[in-house]
Amino acid sequence: MSATGIGAAVRRKEDRRFITGTGHYTDDINRPGQAYAYFLRSPHAHATIKSIDIKAASKMPGVLAVLTGAELAADQIGNLICGWMIHSKDGSPMKMAAHPALANGKACHVGDPIAVVVAETLAQARDAAEKIAVDYAALPAVADPAAAQKAGAPSIHDIAPNNTIYQWHLGDGKAVDAAFRSAKHVTKLDIINNRLVPNAIEPRAAIGEYDAGVGTFTLWNTTQNPHVARLVIAAFVGMAPEHKLRVIAPDVGGGFGSKIFIYPEEVVALWASKRVGRPVKWVADRSEAFVADAHGRDHVTHAEMAFDQEGKILGLRAKTIANLGAYMSTFSSSVPTYLYATLLSGQYEIPQIYCEVDAVYTNTVPVDAYRGAGRPEATFVVERLVEVGAREMGQDPAELRRKNFIKKFPHQTPVIMAYDAGDYNASLKKALELADHKGFGKRKRESARNGKLRGLGFSTYIEACGIAPSQAVGSLGAGVGLWESAEVRVNPTGSVEVLTGSHAHGQGHETTFAQLVSERLGIPIDNISVVHGDTDKVQFGMGTYGSRSGAVGMSAIAKALDKIEAKAKKVAAHMLEAAEGDIEFKDGKFSVAGTDKSAAWGDVTLNAYIAHKFSGQELEPGLKEGAFYDPTNFTFPAGCHICEVEVDPETGNTDIVAWTAVDDFGVIVNPMIVEGQVHGGIAQGVGQALCEGAVYDKDGQLVTGSFMDYCMPRADHLPALRVDTTMTKCPSNPLGIKGCGEAGAIAAPAAVINAITDAIGSEGLTMPATPHVVWAALQKANSIPKAA
Amino acid sequence: MAGETAAVSMTVNGKPITANVDPRTLLVQLLREHLRLTGTHVGCDTSQCGACVVQVNGKAIKSCTVLALQLQGADVLTIEGLAPADGPLHPMQEAFRENHGLQCGFCTPGMIMTAVDIVRRKGHDLDDRTIREELEGNICRCTGYHNIVKAIAAGARAMRGGGAAAKAAE
Repeated sequence: MSATGIGAAVRRKEDRRFITGTGHYTDDINRPGQAYAYFLRSPHAHATIKSIDIKAASKMPGVLAVLTGAELAADQIGNLICGWMIHSKDGSPMKMAAHPALANGKACHVGDPIAVVVAETLAQARDAAEKIAVDYAALPAVADPAAAQKAGAPSIHDIAPNNTIYQWHLGDGKAVDAAFRSAKHVTKLDIINNRLVPNAIEPRAAIGEYDAGVGTFTLWNTTQNPHVARLVIAAFVGMAPEHKLRVIAPDVGGGFGSKIFIYPEEVVALWASKRVGRPVKWVADRSEAFVADAHGRDHVTHAEMAFDQEGKILGLRAKTIANLGAYMSTFSSSVPTYLYATLLSGQYEIPQIYCEVDAVYTNTVPVDAYRGAGRPEATFVVERLVEVGAREMGQDPAELRRKNFIKKFPHQTPVIMAYDAGDYNASLKKALELADHKGFGKRKRESARNGKLRGLGFSTYIEACGIAPSQAVGSLGAGVGLWESAEVRVNPTGSVEVLTGSHAHGQGHETTFAQLVSERLGIPIDNISVVHGDTDKVQFGMGTYGSRSGAVGMSAIAKALDKIEAKAKKVAAHMLEAAEGDIEFKDGKFSVAGTDKSAAWGDVTLNAYIAHKFSGQELEPGLKEGAFYDPTNFTFPAGCHICEVEVDPETGNTDIVAWTAVDDFGVIVNPMIVEGQVHGGIAQGVGQALCEGAVYDKDGQLVTGSFMDYCMPRADHLPALRVDTTMTKCPSNPLGIKGCGEAGAIAAPAAVINAITDAIGSEGLTMPATPHVVWAALQKANSIPKAA
Repeated sequence: MAGETAAVSMTVNGKPITANVDPRTLLVQLLREHLRLTGTHVGCDTSQCGACVVQVNGKAIKSCTVLALQLQGADVLTIEGLAPADGPLHPMQEAFRENHGLQCGFCTPGMIMTAVDIVRRKGHDLDDRTIREELEGNICRCTGYHNIVKAIAAGARAMRGGGAAAKAAE
């Protein structure tokens, strides 16, 4: 391993601009002549818009335009779409309702954009918006997913009777029922996977700019996938043809999924810029983000697991209602289906699994992928069932897991996935040692002496990442392929630019991708630049989500580097007057096998461009290669997280006193960055378990609409985290990488809840397990008379 | 209301400035929009996240929570002024880099400005609990705080040694 190659904890190249305040986030960019957009949003969860009077607003100082859904329709700006087709079990396609960027006749959630004011200053736009008179006729609203399907519930879209988008299923229901009939023990759970607000600390923003002279649009946007945004805005919204639209995603301040999607505001910023003939900037304030950014999770599930007399799992069945909100967001349909039910086998050999999922509309903000996307929900179902099953059968939870682990690979689950590699016992064993599992009883007794209840919870999770082979996702309904692209440009002086279709918004690609190049070409890391996030520079790419940038994005770079090496060897052969097959390349030096003749990297790159040593008939000048890489399978990161808590029975407060994570991410490029990803994922998972939860009242008003009401983990909610790894190489990509970005968020909620329920001796908890929830569960458990 | 402006003068990163602002202009808006000092960020509108923390007269404040007009004659230090542009980093900045105390970088300027203030108030030997409690007003969504806590402890120790940039900032 070199000091800057694969496996080295290289300090990040991107950090200097962030620690000196010289990064370039979208809101830091200002265009000459720029005007400001402010959106008027629906205060009603569900209402007919009878009329919109913009006369007074239009006359306000500084106002350039007041635009509504009527103008949007008149200009034939198309609707936003959901790009993953799901069919119901009866074969009918999902019921995708029209989603215009500005409401047209009806508001379907609080925050639905009704009109936009464009003015010289933001303050003027905001002032003018107050003068828009909207005549609403409020309609009954529904926010709860289980209530949305009930008879008499308000109907949100005509296309979807009973507010039902699809009724999907996976697995063999009859075989599962047979397995349950033969069971010795069945564990049953009702689970609510709480709705979360992603809350990247940088709010979303967009600047639209139209160049009338050449008829091109430019969009600066807080997006995780600029090319997908361009494709959708060109092909579906119809703003401009793809070659006339440039999307730039500059520094992006966190995404966690919420910046994957194509939202109304960027469409409107582009459209308005053409309308007013000026660049138009929009930046969400936080209150706006709460009602405009896609939320995550929000499942209601009944799940059952069947065991034989030894505790071997015979089957799992689950019925889930997934809340997709008022409109179908970009990838929302895939989250509670192919990203959820396909992971219900967990790390276990489960012969039969059957899952039914109903997706519903409600009068809430659209729900889509949020860190983990479907896999945290699946892990929570599986890991709670296993833990509760162990307790009910009087078995050791770790032992029950071990007994059921998949031990042979590849392993075909009954729910599509073919796990390629793993060693689940290794991560469990290491985690038990690091967590001092043997000493837990002593620690529990010490806690009891201090009046505290101590508990320990496991989560042995699996995820499917690096999404994924394009053919596979295409057969499941995806509207796009999920390969990745790379281009490696070698300059005459030997420095290198890597253009990637991946996008970094905190993951450190400028460092890790450069580490791969440094290792392969033997050049200093400072001579390598990683270019991403601009559709005029990078030809195409699928962006960053699903822990795919290492496994897929870097594999594309590796493939391009293979081509670079092959071409450079040809140049070196001409320089060294040797046969191409005799050229060896190692540590940045080309040499002729069995001789002392060699040429340095910089000499070869220069010769590639001056082209003095070969004719154009023999070899094309230059040194630039591109590659598209399509993986052969998903990757399957897995691991064991152990959470230890202390609950104060007087207050219900939970203290996480220790956290041990042992993950198998395959080959690790930069352990420092990987650990950071795990830390952050755990924090978001702990947030879901202990304090986060979007709350709607019965009228569809978001009660938790600010950082004062929606509680996210602060530094003192968390302990220092003990993070380690085991390694089985991923056989499905050339680098052996599995991906690490979502693991913590997937593993953590079940670990926390398993720990708290262990501490209080009651399973009756819903997330978030706030002090009030835990205290109430304790009171309820204590009030039940113990059997004599 | 629109159209009325008022003049305010203060020192920002050692340079005297005067600006004519709408009276409702917040300090963070003056910094970002009038002075184009975009290192100070806005992450919420309820004074919770701390991405906007700067120093005013040597003390950390949330620049989204003070009107520019309240700061006539004040001495303001932002992340851009913590270390000279092309010179060495402030020890706290260096500690964040060395300890991977940042990922997306958006909360980072506020974290660093807060961290420097913690050291001013609590000294150079900071334990884990003190740092975590002192970070109550700063939210990071990427790091899980683990490496931020490590960075602040290391940065606090390094600030004892001084360093050119640290002295300049004091």
